Amino acid sequence: MLDTLAYYIKFPFVQYAIIVGVLIALCSSLLGVTLVLKRFSFIGDGLSHVAFGAMAIASIVNVSVGDKGAASGQNDMLIVLPITVISAVLLLWTGQNTKIKGDAAIAMISVGALAIGYLLMNIFSTSTNLSGDVCSTLFGSTSILTLKSSEVWLCIILSIVVVVAFVYFYNKIFAVTFDENFAKAVGTKANAYNLIIAVIIAVIIVLAMNLVGSLLVTALIIFPALSAMRIFKSFLSVTVCAAVFSVVCALLGILLSIIYGTPVGSTIVAVDMAGFFIFTIVGKIGGRA
Amino acid sequence: MSELICKDLTLGYENNALVEGLNFHVNKGDYLCIVGENGTGKSTLMRTILHLQKPMAGTIEYKDGLKSTEIGYLPQQTLVQRDFPASVREVVLSGCQAKMGFRPFYTKEEKELAKKNMERMGIEKLAKRCYRELSGGQQQRVLLARALCATEKMLLLDEPVSGLDPKVTADMYKMIKQLNDDGISIIMISHDIYSAVKYASHILHIGSDTFFGTVKEYKKTKLGRLYLDEEGGRENA
Repeated sequence: MLDTLAYYIKFPFVQYAIIVGVLIALCSSLLGVTLVLKRFSFIGDGLSHVAFGAMAIASIVNVSVGDKGAASGQNDMLIVLPITVISAVLLLWTGQNTKIKGDAAIAMISVGALAIGYLLMNIFSTSTNLSGDVCSTLFGSTSILTLKSSEVWLCIILSIVVVVAFVYFYNKIFAVTFDENFAKAVGTKANAYNLIIAVIIAVIIVLAMNLVGSLLVTALIIFPALSAMRIFKSFLSVTVCAAVFSVVCALLGILLSIIYGTPVGSTIVAVDMAGFFIFTIVGKIGGRA
Repeated sequence: MSELICKDLTLGYENNALVEGLNFHVNKGDYLCIVGENGTGKSTLMRTILHLQKPMAGTIEYKDGLKSTEIGYLPQQTLVQRDFPASVREVVLSGCQAKMGFRPFYTKEEKELAKKNMERMGIEKLAKRCYRELSGGQQQRVLLARALCATEKMLLLDEPVSGLDPKVTADMYKMIKQLNDDGISIIMISHDIYSAVKYASHILHIGSDTFFGTVKEYKKTKLGRLYLDEEGGRENA
């Protein structure tokens, strides 16, 4: 088993996959605590469906432009990222004041985008294996194993931006999550920080779609946070624990999927689930002692 | 000198006015209790003073060196906080956020201030405990300490004793009175009319009849007598 691993790990594409996987896992765990506590767990789900729709649009644009060549990866990103960011802003920022409340708005946008995405792919796609394309976008594909070095760099840069932004705004994010009214009353620009949170989440989701596909993105965001909350009691310790949990699970998941040839995304999520159960049991035992 | 002057305020949601033509002021060191039945706009008034919503008409002026963001706020518990993993120290420290501006981290002085206010509220031993595991009274002390980190001038308390048992309630009132004696102006929403007339210096009664004045004056009015008697009658029954 270790031999197989040692054999595969020499290949650059496997190394790329591990680097990108770990970075994405780290980023996605950071804001999980905030999302879970703000009762926005499903925002990841909603946004990833938006990103799926955007991906469909992007592939159509690429087909009509006619260069299905080397640049198509970045072209996708240029379309998917802005659309997802705008949707995130609409959902998180204005969501509280509109007539349609948070969860309903998310559900509406989420299924809407999913349907439109599939519809567009069906009408315009030139691919011979449509259901294969759709399936790999939803559940994560082997694309994590076919990354080019430029994509790896893009991922590294975006991850650094996300982590730096999170650390910089850490105290503000805590304040706005814990008590938005108090934060507003003492003059913190709570809306501005909600906006920043929304943008960071959108970036994370677009990144994470490569790894686990759009249906499973939510798992990467909420499992680490929920697991850490079983055991730890302060915001800082929960955040750190969630990050470590997420990275370890992603690493384990990727290695397992390499050894056993299972789909990367669902393997990682399965490991996350196992981790969650272990943490729950430990939390129960620790709580009683 | 008045710190807070409200002139001809009309409050409400969308086009429903709950309160019209409200006039009152808070001087430095005053202890104002806002009383009235449910749904008369007490919480709306509080949200308006805190800039969380706009008045439908009228003005609120902040004077005597009080900035609108220098009002410490003790909110009612929200749903989010019930399972929020946060240590007491983290919660208290977040009261300093107003002083931070765009600076990302807390300074040594702010950490000192948080520590001082935890001692003041008698919760320094709980600093590392998880906020959600504390009793109701302890949680209120934590939130008071946070509010004190935000300001030394004026505190706004939204039913600070709701859900507390009688002994803890009495302690809470004593603690608030002590803060008032230290020179902090207090505005408190309360259902507890007896404690209101016992501790407060001024009463604002909103509802179908509106009254603003000192406690002495309030007791003399028909409205005050009626309200006090009615509450007393209910308690004796």
